Amino acid sequence: MKLTTTILDAASAIALASVATAGSHMANEMTIVSWGGAYSASQQAAYHDPYIANSGIAIINDESSGDAVAKLRAMNEAGNVTWDLVDVEAADGMRLCDEGLAMEIDFDTQLAPGDDGSTATDDFGDMLVSDCFIPQIVFSTTFGYRTDMVPEGAAAPTDACAVFDLDTYPGNRALNKRPIGNMEWALLCDGVAIEDVYDTLETDEGIARAFAKLDTIKAVTRWWTAGAETPQLLADGEIFMGSTYNGRLFSVIAEQNQPVGMAWGYQMLDIDGWIIPTGLADDRLARTLDYVYFATDTQRLADQAKYISYGPARASSAPLVGDHATLGIPMAPHMPTDPANMTGAFVTNYLWWADYRDELDAKFQAWLAQ
Amino acid sequence: MALPSYASAGQKIWHYSFLTICGLIFFFLIFPIMVIIPLAFNAQDFFTFTPEMLRLQADGYSLKHFNDFFNNPDWYRPLYNSLKIAPMATIVSVSLGTLAAIGLSQSHVPYRRVIMAILISPMIVPLIISAAGMYFFYSWIGLQGTYWGVVLAHAILGIPFVIITVTATLVGFDKSLTRAAANMGAGPVRTFFKVQMPLILPGVISGGLFAFITSFDEVVVVIFVGSVGQKTLPWQMFTGLREQISPTILAAATVLVTISILLLITVELLRRRSERLRGMSQG
Amino acid sequence: MSEPTTTATMQAADGTPLKVSLARALRRQKMRALLLIAPLLGFILLGFVFPIGQMLFRSVENDVVRDTLPTTIEALENWDSTSNEAPPEEVFAALAADLQVAVDTKAHTVLGRRLNFEYSGITTLFRKIGRDVEDWDLATDGPFAPRFEDSDDEWLDPDLWRAVLAYSDRYTSGYYLAAIDKTMVNGVIESRPADQSLHLMLFGRTAWMSVLICFCTLLLGYPIAFLLATLKARHANLLLILVLLPFWTSLLVRTSAWKVLLQEQGVINDLLVAIGLLADDGRLQLINNKLGVIIAMTHILLPFMILPLYSVMKTIPPSYVRAAKSLGATDWTAFWRVYFPQSVPGIGAGAILVFILAVGYYITPELVGGPSGSFISNRIAYQWSGAGNWGLVGALGAILLVAVLILYWVYDKIVGIDNVKLG
Repeated sequence: MKLTTTILDAASAIALASVATAGSHMANEMTIVSWGGAYSASQQAAYHDPYIANSGIAIINDESSGDAVAKLRAMNEAGNVTWDLVDVEAADGMRLCDEGLAMEIDFDTQLAPGDDGSTATDDFGDMLVSDCFIPQIVFSTTFGYRTDMVPEGAAAPTDACAVFDLDTYPGNRALNKRPIGNMEWALLCDGVAIEDVYDTLETDEGIARAFAKLDTIKAVTRWWTAGAETPQLLADGEIFMGSTYNGRLFSVIAEQNQPVGMAWGYQMLDIDGWIIPTGLADDRLARTLDYVYFATDTQRLADQAKYISYGPARASSAPLVGDHATLGIPMAPHMPTDPANMTGAFVTNYLWWADYRDELDAKFQAWLAQ
Repeated sequence: MALPSYASAGQKIWHYSFLTICGLIFFFLIFPIMVIIPLAFNAQDFFTFTPEMLRLQADGYSLKHFNDFFNNPDWYRPLYNSLKIAPMATIVSVSLGTLAAIGLSQSHVPYRRVIMAILISPMIVPLIISAAGMYFFYSWIGLQGTYWGVVLAHAILGIPFVIITVTATLVGFDKSLTRAAANMGAGPVRTFFKVQMPLILPGVISGGLFAFITSFDEVVVVIFVGSVGQKTLPWQMFTGLREQISPTILAAATVLVTISILLLITVELLRRRSERLRGMSQG
Repeated sequence: MSEPTTTATMQAADGTPLKVSLARALRRQKMRALLLIAPLLGFILLGFVFPIGQMLFRSVENDVVRDTLPTTIEALENWDSTSNEAPPEEVFAALAADLQVAVDTKAHTVLGRRLNFEYSGITTLFRKIGRDVEDWDLATDGPFAPRFEDSDDEWLDPDLWRAVLAYSDRYTSGYYLAAIDKTMVNGVIESRPADQSLHLMLFGRTAWMSVLICFCTLLLGYPIAFLLATLKARHANLLLILVLLPFWTSLLVRTSAWKVLLQEQGVINDLLVAIGLLADDGRLQLINNKLGVIIAMTHILLPFMILPLYSVMKTIPPSYVRAAKSLGATDWTAFWRVYFPQSVPGIGAGAILVFILAVGYYITPELVGGPSGSFISNRIAYQWSGAGNWGLVGALGAILLVAVLILYWVYDKIVGIDNVKLG
């Protein structure tokens, strides 16, 4: 009896405590979704912290950008949008815009003009690939390798094709678990010119050729789903060479001092930016627009380059890119758009992938699962 | 299983090899869990034994990963969330489940098999299907990404365990005790609390512990039904294992193993107590 | 001395006929039982069964095509789909009208995405035409077929229209066909090309690996259960703790333990290199493949085999084996012909339980399996978050669920749901 009473008392105490602290959404906070890791840390330092200091609004970070399209679709269906601002790649931004899940932006009124006097539309220029997508950074998917695992007498790898060269550079590889990037590199390194790559990929022979090239390294390849995996594998010595986002490689080389080098040749450039979900209530929308106006102005985009090596999307920010915030090294040489790194660089053809992604995805996953 | 004194040499050899094989299998069961505990004290950020550790040098060991676990908000907030969600889910599943188990163990329950099958189904249906289904439904009713959404989802997952353990306890329950109580003038509610409850309490608590560990350990459903505000410890470990493998995971794992050992001891003591109460133990 | 029999019915104490009184008492008992069960049953039906049903319904619903292009589909149904010509002008006129309505809510691109699952390239077609259609005047700007052709000449391709017609019904079998690697072309079901077919392969792989895991757990679990059942209770209880500890330990802890052990630079490889059995560059590949999944899942599911086996073996009286031996049987014969058959129900219970659990697993194959060791659950998760093909999620999920439910029914027949014991 005593035991029963004690247990019931303890249970109700816990229950009350849990319910009391369960907490509801505070009135003055925003949920911003991004990719996690070093990238989110740079956004926190360059955008969130100054904004919080100025406005007092709390910012909650969510790391679900990888699932953004699926979750936004489900939220929209349910009529219950819980995110205020979402960081997505250009291709996903276009997808969301197409489906009416992202809000159309009037760039010249809702974004700050450039510090050099240009309008937002001129300042962002070609980066404005969609009506809903607010560009932030230019990043690339590129390769890093272990400098201490390069065989005696061989030159260090300088471009993506080294990943297919098992004779000169033995060891494990790491590639993205999606066809985007891998198919282009397979064809480029098999001799197809960049202008012809996407046309070739529309044919069955072209696809077969790409898979054949990938087959040569399939047995030694680890397939990553998150940007932080390849740097970790490199640091652990589990792989010799792997692809990931260039900023993550910068982090592991300069901040963590691991023996990793970068092979910039044939890097795949892409744009990353914000979209505002449709269906936000007026007060949340106002808060989000206020944040976006601040976080995408010239100085802020130049600031994030102090923490991670991604190029700001605004032309007016480029001259303001300086040194790393804590390490003091100049960031310009580490930008994907630095001329020294641009050999063979190409931009992801997201329009093409929007059409062919489903089909190639099915083929890629089937090939992978064998 | 003593070896009789008249066992032949062949039988002796077989007996000892059998014991050795069993020993190896027990080793297989326990070794993986035990090996991560010393690794959690690794002074370096590696996942394997460094030479200093193998030589048992003091500088090979450190508490820094535990420090990180308890002081880094990326880890202590999920721990806190897990500790907030699991007890509530347990309470919900134990109260509803015990009531239903008592109902199910009455005589003459119509459609008993069907009802049992439905109530046990959350344990059988593959988690990915339950998670996807509950995600859409909870989004629709506005519970997705909330504390109560996760609590209810976990309660559903824990209910089969409560039902199984409490019905098992009730099977051995002597119905004449309730009749005796009724005979002496006690109403059904009073009989329940004063006669039935104390005797089935070990079973109820056992079921509650199963439900607790199910909720505390659950990751697939909470990834779907919860959002960043409800991030639990297993979710954080899952992300960590996939992405930024850091030895803090091993510190978290050690803490969880300790909790499991404590729960296991509790269950074992309860089982012995219930056997003693029923006069079934060996003393 | 016999009592005089009476033709009056038996009565209860308050005068009502006994039959009626008994029936009433029985009904009250049933009501009470149902009342106790009702809250939980309602909770599970509403919060679990209904959501799953709702999700599985997505595997057949296909309202988007007809809702977005109502008049177009009507007009298209009059078209001869076997001809090698594009549909007539009235179809294009209807399409222009429907699109003008759809563009306001961006429904046309949603439709494009849905159709793109079946016919690559439609997304761009719809996106481009969406921009053009807004400016057309339906009354005066016809004929529309040339206008569509200007936007993209693929609009005149009969294959495109055949695909649209094939997937225009409110309820579609397209997702189930995709789930078994088939597709419908001109009303005929054909297999998808081999390089796009992976679902049947994944179902097969999940099944055979689960059988293998089942077998391994049986092989390792039987001796343990036998030992526990035949030891004295005090010792058995102590050793049972060694079985229960992994059972109570978090799944993620166990999986991360295996990840640490099996990696190329992990504990097992380091040990083998240190002993000298392996060269440093000849390390074994124990993880991110099927082997890793089998090892890790055998370890994780072993308690689920041991516990049912143990509970059955505990009920086998030792006197049978002793009797067999006293009648001259060798140890092996006594075991195989007398003990083993009595333990078969336990084997059945454990095997089916392990199989049901293994087939639905997600976490372990995700973390240690790599692409070659992934299970069907991993594919379902990918379809949900990556491809966004929720119809396919529903279809794959339905197939998996039906398979598991059939096994569950078999389990019920053999063991009985009431007899599930968890130690």
